Amino acid sequence: MSNKTLQAIFDDDDVLLSAVKDLRAAEYHIEEIFTPFPVHGLEKAVGLPNTRIAIMAFIYGVIGFSFAVWMMNYMMIADWPQNIGGKPSFSFAENMPAFVPIMFELTVFFAAHLMVITFYMRSKLWPFKNAENPDPRTTDDHFMIEIAVSDDVNALEDLLKKAGAKEIKIKA
Amino acid sequence: MSHYEASIREPLINGNKSYHDITVDVAAPVEGKANKKWWIAFTIALVAFLYGIGCIAYTIGTGIGVWGLNNRVNWAWDITNFVWWVGIGHAGTLISAVLLLFRQKWRMGINRSAEAMTIFAVFQAGLFPIIHMGRVWNAFYVLPLPNALGSLWVNFNSPLLWDVFAISTYLSVSLVFWYTGLLPDFAMLRDRAVRPFQKKIYSLLSFGWSGRLKDWQRFEEVSLVLAGLATPLVLSVHTIVSMDFATSVIPGWHSTIFPPYFVAGAIFSGFAMVQTLLIIMRKVSNLEAYITRVHIENMNKVILLTGGIVSVAYITEFFLAWYSGSSYEDYIYLSIGAATGPYWWAFWALIICNFIIPQSLWFKKLRTNYVWSFFISIVINIGMWFERFDIIVIGLSRGHLPSSWTMFSPTFVDVGIFIGTIGFFFVLFLLYARTFPVIAQAELKSILKSSGENYKKLRENNHE
Repeated sequence: MSNKTLQAIFDDDDVLLSAVKDLRAAEYHIEEIFTPFPVHGLEKAVGLPNTRIAIMAFIYGVIGFSFAVWMMNYMMIADWPQNIGGKPSFSFAENMPAFVPIMFELTVFFAAHLMVITFYMRSKLWPFKNAENPDPRTTDDHFMIEIAVSDDVNALEDLLKKAGAKEIKIKA
Repeated sequence: MSHYEASIREPLINGNKSYHDITVDVAAPVEGKANKKWWIAFTIALVAFLYGIGCIAYTIGTGIGVWGLNNRVNWAWDITNFVWWVGIGHAGTLISAVLLLFRQKWRMGINRSAEAMTIFAVFQAGLFPIIHMGRVWNAFYVLPLPNALGSLWVNFNSPLLWDVFAISTYLSVSLVFWYTGLLPDFAMLRDRAVRPFQKKIYSLLSFGWSGRLKDWQRFEEVSLVLAGLATPLVLSVHTIVSMDFATSVIPGWHSTIFPPYFVAGAIFSGFAMVQTLLIIMRKVSNLEAYITRVHIENMNKVILLTGGIVSVAYITEFFLAWYSGSSYEDYIYLSIGAATGPYWWAFWALIICNFIIPQSLWFKKLRTNYVWSFFISIVINIGMWFERFDIIVIGLSRGHLPSSWTMFSPTFVDVGIFIGTIGFFFVLFLLYARTFPVIAQAELKSILKSSGENYKKLRENNHE
């Protein structure tokens, strides 16, 4: 297989979705799809595996919770126990009810921020990163499918035209 | 794919809009030039902001003795304003998070601006406790850091410290939630930008968003999980703010219904502020097709519900003050003593603004009327300020020691700082309205086919 890429542009999400189904039925390999908004059902049609980012968020939350428990135990009970307002800090169990709000806040803090950082790293989003959508219209109202092709593209082009593609380009 | 939506549901996008029309309409305020009215509003807000900075500088330079606080009333306008601003913030998170979990499509027209309002309001809120510290340069003492004075740690038993964690978590999580949602919309502006400077700025802001399928999949999952995290977070924030009062032993503050009642009050005031801003914005930025009568009515329904919860809490507080039989409880902010005492005007301002006038929203004619909705939103904003003023000032002015009973009168500095934060808030919001995509256009496009007026009509005609 040569490393040419075929770019097909669509102007409707429903047409795009049925085209993707046709392509999959004809066993073409879809490299990438650029869309201006989340098209529901598209990742299933392409056969994209589920993202595991929510599992990571849970793990980050557990880390945040554990950090909160460790931090408050260290500061209030272990390092410098004080008697504030007649409420001494002798044991973690006795002080625990007062620690609940901060356990909760740090769980959310860690889960939310680390998940978003993970998302930005995995999807390669950061300041000064250059956009990689080949056609600027794909953030407005057009949709683009990229397919890796070999030398013979006529059958694929016919299929795409029949499926409703507006433009077809081949990039070396 | 089916875009079916029951025809009984009113469209959320009016007119004959295509995907491209949404792009053009959302980009228009950013690409166009500011008109005269914007400059006038911006100038007024800026002057108020600068006056506020002057008052803050005077406070920091001279000390908080320049405020009207006295021995008995040692919290007043500052904490009132703090709670007021934090409360206003709550609507944004409620719209973006809770309504997302409930799959309410009408949130998409208003969530961006509501979240912006949240963030700008929490900025204002955060200023007050910091200024109230007096020695603002020591503000970092609230952080759990081993300090130069020996490893004296912060006190995790104190609700004031819970506040520090709650507000900073809330602000930062709201900020990333908002920003993540903004990426595809900044990318849209970037790809449309003609002027090189604008292109550069929006490429920087969009973090190179390209709209890949996998990115969208993660984007949606991240939004959902963030909404799930932000929902209990928003409830926790005002719960913790209410504990600043509820864990004390001041009559009128020591009340177990404070947490749910404060949360309801926060949402009540927040939606009022969203109403105030959006009723103006939809006109000024020509977004009538996207922020429709349905949106206004739905927000009014939320105001009616949360206003109802708040009203029930008022009645409960009033009843308990009487039923307790304690003579001190008879002077709390909701009691016969407050209604007839020297603070009668603050008491009745609260009752009229928060309890009586919002009841008019039971009438469909009134809750779908833009002018009335705007008027009511202003009334509620005033009423909710008075609620916090009443809790704090009336509560403190009548304590357990009658010989120290006193009144509070604000100085020009108290007033000036409050005006300054209102100015700061509007400076930020006006700048936002001209430089940010004020509607989550990517999300809105995903509901165009199900909730757009033209598509709904098309489907109905096909069925017949």
